[in-house]
Amino acid sequence: MDAQISVRDIVKVYPNGVVANKKVSLDIQEKTIHAIVGENGAGKTTLTKILFGLELPQEGEIFVKGKKVHFRSPIDAIKMGIGMVHQHFMLAENLTVFENLILGIEPTKFKIFLDKKTAKEKILKYIEKYKIDIPLEKKIKELPIGVKQRVEIFKALLRDVDILILDEPTAVLTPQEAEVLFESLRELKNQGETIIFISHKLKEIKAIADVITIMRDGRVISTNSNEELTQHDIARLMVGREVSFERVEEPKEIGKVVLTVKNLTYTNSERIKVLKNINFEVREGEIVGIAGVEGNGQTELVELITGLKTPTEGEIRLFDENISGKSVREIRTRGLVHIPEDRMKNGVAEKAKLKENLISDRYYKPPFSNKGALNYNYIDSEANRLVKDFNIITQSIENPVSSLSGGNIQKVIVTRELSSNPKVIIASQPARGIDVGSEELVHNFIKEARDKKCAVLLVSADLDEILKLSTRVLVIYNGEIVKSFNEVSTLRAEDLGPYMLGVKRGD
Amino acid sequence: MDPFLKSILSTSFLFSVLRVATPIIFPALGVAISALSGSVNIALEGIMLVSAFTGVVVSAYTQNLWISLFSAILAGVFIALLLGYFSLKLKADIILAAIALNLFSSSITVFLLYIIAHDKGVSSSLKSLVFPSVKFAFLEKIPILSGIFNNQNILVYIAFLSVFVYYLIVFHTPLGLKIRAVGQNPEAASSVGVDVVKIKLYALILSGVFGALGGVYLSMGYVSWFGRDMTAGRGFIAIAASSIGGNLPLGTFFGSFLFGVVYALTNFLAPLNIPSEIIQVIPYIVTIIVLTFYSARVSKEKEVGEE
Repeated sequence: MDAQISVRDIVKVYPNGVVANKKVSLDIQEKTIHAIVGENGAGKTTLTKILFGLELPQEGEIFVKGKKVHFRSPIDAIKMGIGMVHQHFMLAENLTVFENLILGIEPTKFKIFLDKKTAKEKILKYIEKYKIDIPLEKKIKELPIGVKQRVEIFKALLRDVDILILDEPTAVLTPQEAEVLFESLRELKNQGETIIFISHKLKEIKAIADVITIMRDGRVISTNSNEELTQHDIARLMVGREVSFERVEEPKEIGKVVLTVKNLTYTNSERIKVLKNINFEVREGEIVGIAGVEGNGQTELVELITGLKTPTEGEIRLFDENISGKSVREIRTRGLVHIPEDRMKNGVAEKAKLKENLISDRYYKPPFSNKGALNYNYIDSEANRLVKDFNIITQSIENPVSSLSGGNIQKVIVTRELSSNPKVIIASQPARGIDVGSEELVHNFIKEARDKKCAVLLVSADLDEILKLSTRVLVIYNGEIVKSFNEVSTLRAEDLGPYMLGVKRGD
Repeated sequence: MDPFLKSILSTSFLFSVLRVATPIIFPALGVAISALSGSVNIALEGIMLVSAFTGVVVSAYTQNLWISLFSAILAGVFIALLLGYFSLKLKADIILAAIALNLFSSSITVFLLYIIAHDKGVSSSLKSLVFPSVKFAFLEKIPILSGIFNNQNILVYIAFLSVFVYYLIVFHTPLGLKIRAVGQNPEAASSVGVDVVKIKLYALILSGVFGALGGVYLSMGYVSWFGRDMTAGRGFIAIAASSIGGNLPLGTFFGSFLFGVVYALTNFLAPLNIPSEIIQVIPYIVTIIVLTFYSARVSKEKEVGEE
């Protein structure tokens, strides 16, 4: 078998001095599904960008089908038969599927007019060949995420690529949708496609890959066939040390009810009922997980509880006091903290200093400020202590938060929220997009808070995270809690899927 | 019947609506096509002024309609290219660049007018040409339609035709598809090899052509002279008109038509016993109302998009 792609000694240094690829060498064989795995910042995204012509390497050589290539843009890569499905879909939402598919390769009539008939014939031929089902006349914005992704894959196939790069394709999918994706990837492999699959989710790598390349810190650590590695091996090689993916032990003591959500309904500015009659309780010392596909009302639920929005109907009770309609600060001073889902938008002020972000919830209290003036001596010593206690990796507390890695930015937020002695924690997607090492730390912090009798509401689209941490699980679908599970230790992701997709509902 | 109502219900009222809607249809198409490509083009005011001026001056010297039309279009495209150079190449804020170009156009035309015609107000000393009106024999036999559509200036018909051309470009050419794609998701467009800057520039050039036709109509059809700042805000009203129509061909046409009705009404109200200042302000008040509703709608859509 010939290598479809051979990469030799690739070095990539970004203008800010970050060395993302340090002499990376790799062979990708024809008609295989080749997974490239690694933590965030391991260099896998950079490598794929180089393969697709989005970045130029400083050193090294790339051979595609035996030919040495120098890609200056994605167009060069597409010409050599390489296509890429990005994590953020490259689709124009208001155009139809058909229009998105033909963009850039439009056949013409009389040199100026679009030849829609010829284009459609070609598309139908490819649909038949690859057995991919897509609605051509619908607008992209009307499609569910799984179908949008199918459009992206098909868009690449239509450009006659035989090497497909998929950048974390399952990040946005439910387990069921991911299974459908895997089916079509296997089908594509049978049709002769070579697939490069970027991921950091161990389970799915094991499920789909033929060959696994592990990257860490800009280097290729190993390349093995799937059979030679266990999930545990992959995790260890990725992180460089032993990591625990086991479910946290059950809480020792569950106390009284702290947070009660009663008949909560919310109608948004478009008069759409985003939340319908939500009821649940969270007690001291337990973690209640809310599982669901994103966009089913989780965001609004969290914003209502944390005081960012006001409910249309119903109550939110914190220690037997109705807090709905109270201001964010009034709610926070009662001991409720919030780890928001969008860390750059609601979690930090990215251009402000690290130390300023660490005290942004308490700057007005003594001894942080005194008679209206900030006490920097105290602030600095407190910030340095927190950085140390919570293992935030930074050169100085004076640096802007934006200079930190994603995982460390999340640690800054978690540190601020958990260091104020909270009674209730609302954690929304606390480990989204951060590396396995940071994820483990964040999870430990949340678990420790639980053991200190905190009540935790965990909202996450990541089922592994839900199953690892939760004491109880509620599934939200289309603004309703459709199912609750009180026994989590025997629960599997597959059990949750049908409820998350609205196929099944409990009583 | 009330004489005012009678005059509004006459064919001559609709005739006049088309006449006054034309210098809004052209720039509205210009605003619309650049809006589709993702550029907010508020420079139509300047483009129209410069083209109106160029058309008059060139026709006075060459006495040739084709040459003056061609030069006026070139002048309009030149301003559009300047806008493209500032915003796309030098990455200046497109709104600020357009404001600068509008101010520039307003003063350079007056300056050159003074040099050429020795007048800071109007070009009446120049012997400039006008585009002819057209009489369609087949229309004459149809009573009402003839009164409305026949004997209009040729550029009025070209305005109708332009709406159709706009439709063809946007929905039936690769360029139109690229313009729409670039306006919605430039990253997606460039990922399949579309040159985003080039497409945006093409859209601006097209808006220069549409704007130039509007300018030429003003000074060589609607009236027969160039006057300082004679566009009188039509380039901005065009933004309202294309917004009402969601930048779609028919929508933009009807948006412009609506403003045509408002303008025509003000003309027909003039003989009544109402202070003329109040009458003249009506189109601008309508613009404010329309834009307020429009921006409220847009921000609402945005909110939904973010949720």
